[in-house]
Amino acid sequence: MRDTLAMTSVPITAPRPAGPILPLAVRDLVLRFGGTTVLDGVSFDLGPAGCTMIMGPNGAGKSLLLKLLHGLIHPTGGGIDWAGRAPAEVTARQALVFQKPVLLRRSVAANIDFVLKARGKTGDRRDALLDHVGLAHKAGQPARLLSGGEAQRLALARALATDPEVLFLDEPTASLDPASVLAIEAIVSAALARGTRIVFVTHDIGQARRMADDVVFLHRGRVAEHSPADLFFPEPQSAAARDYLNGRIVV
Amino acid sequence: MQSLGDAFGLAVALVFSGDADLLEIVVLSLRVSLTATAIACLIGLPLGALVAIGRFPGRNAVLIVMNALMGLPPVVVGLLVYLHLSRSGPLGFLGLLYTPMAMIIAQTILIAPIVAALSRQVLEDLHAEYSEQFRSLCLTRVQTVQALIWDARYSLLTVGLAGFGRAVAEVGAVIIVGGNIDHLTRVMTTAIALETSKGDLALALALGLVLLVIALGVNAAVQSVRMTAARQAYA
Ligand SMILES: Nc1ncnc2c1ncn2[C@@H]1O[C@H](COP(=O)(O)OP(=O)(O)OP(=O)(O)O)[C@@H](O)[C@H]1O
Ligand SMILES: [Mg+2]
Repeated sequence: MRDTLAMTSVPITAPRPAGPILPLAVRDLVLRFGGTTVLDGVSFDLGPAGCTMIMGPNGAGKSLLLKLLHGLIHPTGGGIDWAGRAPAEVTARQALVFQKPVLLRRSVAANIDFVLKARGKTGDRRDALLDHVGLAHKAGQPARLLSGGEAQRLALARALATDPEVLFLDEPTASLDPASVLAIEAIVSAALARGTRIVFVTHDIGQARRMADDVVFLHRGRVAEHSPADLFFPEPQSAAARDYLNGRIVV
Repeated sequence: MQSLGDAFGLAVALVFSGDADLLEIVVLSLRVSLTATAIACLIGLPLGALVAIGRFPGRNAVLIVMNALMGLPPVVVGLLVYLHLSRSGPLGFLGLLYTPMAMIIAQTILIAPIVAALSRQVLEDLHAEYSEQFRSLCLTRVQTVQALIWDARYSLLTVGLAGFGRAVAEVGAVIIVGGNIDHLTRVMTTAIALETSKGDLALALALGLVLLVIALGVNAAVQSVRMTAARQAYA
């Protein structure tokens, strides 16, 4: 009786209690464009914490998988379950750093301000965020004049500005110099230490070794292998992953 | 009938003499066309934005109509507005025919589709680039439109200038609904048409010179807006 009363007194527009969005269960995910099948029955589970690396050759479907998990595109078939929620319900609690950063036609600082304001974040964290990614000295410069590596760092800072519970990173260090790669990895590690769940796409095997807790290896539209990092690198379980790690083409 | 050389000399002298009649015509032209441009932007920009990011049934039809209306012949617009505003027309009771207001209405109708269609194109291109990022950030529709308009501000400014350029240079619509009445509805283009037919080439040429300078000014403005945008990598 009490429960019934309590329930009817809650307006139907009340937000659902936050609750966790992890673990993640992906089942038989299929993605087709016309006649081409990009993902053909992808299944895996992600635990509540840590850094998962998604690896696989060019065109394996890694970027599209991130967009599916983040709720930006819809699968042709199969299911994605974020602790009982659909991807579109949890998009706001996640952030995705795209493979090609999309920056607003504004200053570096204004790119951060925009996100902080749009997402209703209070307090002035912009300078701290820019400092964090080493862009403080570029704050007033037009964002679209940044170098490739600087643009990726700004995109990362912007993603962090939303305080995501899950952070998707699509090759965020692909065009960075070696020192900057380590700087970005330190930033990601700091987020990881704060409890952010990281899902990271990379082709950099050294980086994967440094960062990964587990590796999902995509090949020909399927998960060829999902192994803990300390197993994946010394003893890959699939022929495809073995060939990939040895620098042999597996497309 | 003067010789061309004489007429040109008189025209230049007239422009620099600050002739009161000439000034009145120029000021009225600018007032009518700037007002029409402002109203056309207030109507066309939101309409363009709606079609740019909206997905609704009939969107393609709206697109086709919008693009077709861009090429509206000014005389046809003038005729339609005349039919509505004339004493026997549905809006005849307003008594607007042969007033500057009638000219503003006609020019607004003429250029609102231009502003709508061009800003639709600008905003849709930008939206194609931003939309995935914006969906990732879970922006509301209002936030999305605001950001698109702000980031497209330079391009949209050139759209407005294009609309003004078309309005100030057209003659067909304003001559029908304005009537080219001295001291009341005589603007540069209608005065040029009249003075030329009367043979007063000096005044016609003087006004033509002013119109040319305005057209050049508009193009220079468009160019400098583009260059500013490019310099800041905001284009
Ligand atoms: N809209 C689309 N229509 C048809 N095919 C598409 C579309 N988008 C992507 N693809 C194809 O899907 C495949 C996977 O693309 P995806 O971007 O996910 O690859 P990826 O694994 O991220 O590759 P990379 O390592 O090069 O970044 C590619 O072969 C691509 O051509
Ligand atoms: Mg990719």
